[in-house]
Amino acid sequence: MASEHDPALFDAPARAMAAAAFDRTARRGAQHTDFRLSRRDQLDVRVRDGRLQGSDDSTELGFGVRVLIDGVWGFAAGIELNAPAAARVADLACAMARTVRPLRGSPVEMAAEPTYRDASWTSAYLIDPLDVPSDERVHQLQDWSQLLLKAADVDHVVARLVVCREDKFYADAAGTTTTQRRIWLHPMVTAVRLNCSGGGFETMRTLGPPVASGWEYLTGTGWDWYGELAAFPELLAEKAAAPSVEPRAYNLVIDPTNLWLTIHESIGHATELDRALGYEAGYAGTSFATTDQLGVLRYGSPIMNVTADRNTEHGLATIGYDDEGVAAQAWDLVRDGVLVGYQVDRQTARLVGLDRSNGCAYADSFAHVPVQRMANVSLAAPAGGPNTAELIGDVSDGIYIVGDNSWSIDMQRHNFQFTGQRFYRIRHGRLVGQLRDVAYQSSTTEFWNCLQALGGPQTYLLSGASLCGKAQPGQLAPVSHGCPAALFRPIPVLNTAKERVGG
Amino acid sequence: MRWPSHEVAERAVELCRADGCVAIVTEESEANIRWANNALTSTGVANSQRVTVVATVNGAEATSVGVVSRRGEVDGMLADLVAAAEHAARAAEPAEDAQPLVSGSGVGAEEWTAPVPETSTAAFAAFAPTLGAVFAEARSRHHVLYGYAEQRVRATFLASSGGVRLRTDHATGAIELTGKSADGSRSAWAGVTGDLDDGAIRNLYAQIDQRLGWAARHIDLPPGRYQTLLPPVAVADLMTYAYWSASGREAAEGQTVYSAPGDSTRVGERLTDAPLTLFSDPAQPRLECAPFVLTPASDTLVSVFDNGLPLRRTAWIDNGVLTALVQTRHSAGLTGMPLTPYIDNLVLASADAAGSLDDLVAELKRGLLLTTVWYIREVDLSTLLLTGLTRDGVFLVEHGEVVGAVNNFRFNESPVDLLGRVAGVGGTVPTRAREWGEAFTHCAMPPLLVADFNMSSVSRAV
Repeated sequence: MASEHDPALFDAPARAMAAAAFDRTARRGAQHTDFRLSRRDQLDVRVRDGRLQGSDDSTELGFGVRVLIDGVWGFAAGIELNAPAAARVADLACAMARTVRPLRGSPVEMAAEPTYRDASWTSAYLIDPLDVPSDERVHQLQDWSQLLLKAADVDHVVARLVVCREDKFYADAAGTTTTQRRIWLHPMVTAVRLNCSGGGFETMRTLGPPVASGWEYLTGTGWDWYGELAAFPELLAEKAAAPSVEPRAYNLVIDPTNLWLTIHESIGHATELDRALGYEAGYAGTSFATTDQLGVLRYGSPIMNVTADRNTEHGLATIGYDDEGVAAQAWDLVRDGVLVGYQVDRQTARLVGLDRSNGCAYADSFAHVPVQRMANVSLAAPAGGPNTAELIGDVSDGIYIVGDNSWSIDMQRHNFQFTGQRFYRIRHGRLVGQLRDVAYQSSTTEFWNCLQALGGPQTYLLSGASLCGKAQPGQLAPVSHGCPAALFRPIPVLNTAKERVGG
Repeated sequence: MRWPSHEVAERAVELCRADGCVAIVTEESEANIRWANNALTSTGVANSQRVTVVATVNGAEATSVGVVSRRGEVDGMLADLVAAAEHAARAAEPAEDAQPLVSGSGVGAEEWTAPVPETSTAAFAAFAPTLGAVFAEARSRHHVLYGYAEQRVRATFLASSGGVRLRTDHATGAIELTGKSADGSRSAWAGVTGDLDDGAIRNLYAQIDQRLGWAARHIDLPPGRYQTLLPPVAVADLMTYAYWSASGREAAEGQTVYSAPGDSTRVGERLTDAPLTLFSDPAQPRLECAPFVLTPASDTLVSVFDNGLPLRRTAWIDNGVLTALVQTRHSAGLTGMPLTPYIDNLVLASADAAGSLDDLVAELKRGLLLTTVWYIREVDLSTLLLTGLTRDGVFLVEHGEVVGAVNNFRFNESPVDLLGRVAGVGGTVPTRAREWGEAFTHCAMPPLLVADFNMSSVSRAV
């Protein structure tokens, strides 16, 4: 399979296809047309107890044409990569727009964007993971697995590597053409310990986040995998023997390996303008952060500053231009604890009177229409802030939470519940051992208004989600979130074992 | 013109120089529309082809496998795709789940080569004007509608070096409608599977209208354990987790809710006194799915070596007793349990129940009636404790009648545990899970009345 931008595909043929589509839609009166040709190569390797369970190598290659005719969207996609096929698919997109014309509300308009001719962009990586020999990839996972399997306290190990490479050509009838490549990968190792105290089993997964990087990420650049795994057997044994938590409110020191997911769910999604406007009310949900609260809503304590950014190096949502030809930007969402911004695309920007989109359109497949997706949404670390030990040192009675695990939030982004990988009891400023069965449950603005202190830049970590779902048909998008360690005043903690009826 | 899919499958097998080969080719066309705030928001129509080549290479002591898939045009590059699978197989370590590939003959030439049906914009030709009329009616009643409708037509061809030629065709459709009061204080949902029948959308809106009417009276209730009536759509989302967690191998290794002490499983254990049967059957009317194993990847539930293996009705829970877990040939060998492969549909039924959801409401003295459940995630794998939210309508029922709408809740519950607390069952009907319906389409579920359903906290979301 091709290992670099295929000039035979992404240069002249793609432009010829786009031109054929534009010619056809112009004749049908389109106000706007965009053309995307995308190739997505994905690899999924799974090693179970040191043995190869599966290695799947998949490619998706095709194109989509989106038109705006008489204020109504039409979209169609195909796989035959030639100009006549592009013209046929453009016809289909126009036919779709005409078919659904009876359903039009206010005519769709798009915020203006400068044109970018022949722009190109590539994410930051040194070694394309798909160029690494397959046996080397498997051996890396096996090596990590063996490190754990030889420990007496580990009964099973599952190691997995997911790699994604997206090559995308975008053109619109206004004159923008972009060619971009993005590579991300996510290694994961999970250890299992059977026959824990109180029965059942315990698991522990690596904290290393998914990143937009290359194979070098597995070999020591950006994360110390061997160092993390070396500590696993002892940590897992301690977790398996740990006491069950007493359910009540605790001061929480939350590590960035856990807090990123809370940011994702309670800030990232809540500040998507399409949700606030009801566009996802039928599926992914809406947001409590409605537009009438912009500049007014006290989202969190005054030390809370959150930005959206599509330029963060190694960020999963980092890109040169979005899927509507909008150049990458950075902007504030929450400043000094107050809601001050949204993530938008060209349509929703126009709906709220913004001059320009901030570039959040993304389609995960040639066959899907672009929807508004998340930028890298991150919580700022104050210069000179304390380290994690100092945050813990300020807590007389609390829990320190490390690593993400279970997550769930309601359809308006109020009520959430999160668990983690490890939970440490804090007494009188010191960690005194692990706990089991911990989940914290709160509501977004109550939680963020309990934010008491933030760690400094030395505690900051860029984590993220490689597969964030939204829209119908379902689409998956990768996104990163950076944050420091943080201290929260008492937050309700559940005992998950006691949540069961009879538990 | 592209090569027909059956021809792609046959050519792939012919091109392969490995010791064994399976080619799976899926031709799919889909059309969909989406709406919000009583107006269209997006449309889509797409045609595609997906080819998966599974190549196997026999070593001195073991077999290795390479799997390569491509969604897109394969004409002119099929040889490269097959070569990539062969190369992957030769470079791979022995496959743990290696088994002889399935051999046999399969379908006749007429079925094998029959044209593949398509869907297109025409699927919405009658539907769109009706939906437009429903929007107008909703506006006049101060309701705001949101929703989605899709039609998918799919044909899958499987050819193997062992002579297998199998084909399975399916057409699926779904409509989902969410309605809110104009002030956003009330919300309701209704959904249906099947063709994009323009009468169906009117029927769904009638349900929305009724439920928004029920919500005219609002009642605040605290968290707690409530007698709760789960409609089929909510049962589908919960039972999907119970099924996806039913790996025979993982259970035998002590890693699931179906594990028992001593490297054993809970097969044979009574999970409920209710006469409930949970089964999968590729021939189940209105839920027909592939009657043979069809998978592009090996994991804990499926093996690529089993592709083409015939499937038959399998009861996972029979009359309340756990009777089977999902097994590949490899895991069945490891665990010494019968071969019961994964099947792409799921039915929960009670032999002696036929009542509707309305009948169960009429019999309920006091309890909650849910509409759907949402954002469901695993909290504890050892008990399959799930957390999630109620969504788009929780109603208080007293003496057989809905008396008002209640706030939403976050729940913490295990679908396996709650089977043991079933206090009432209705008749089984086809449904599509709200959250997981796109990933697992074919379900038929009954409404279930569950005692002591754990509503852990209040959600003020609407």
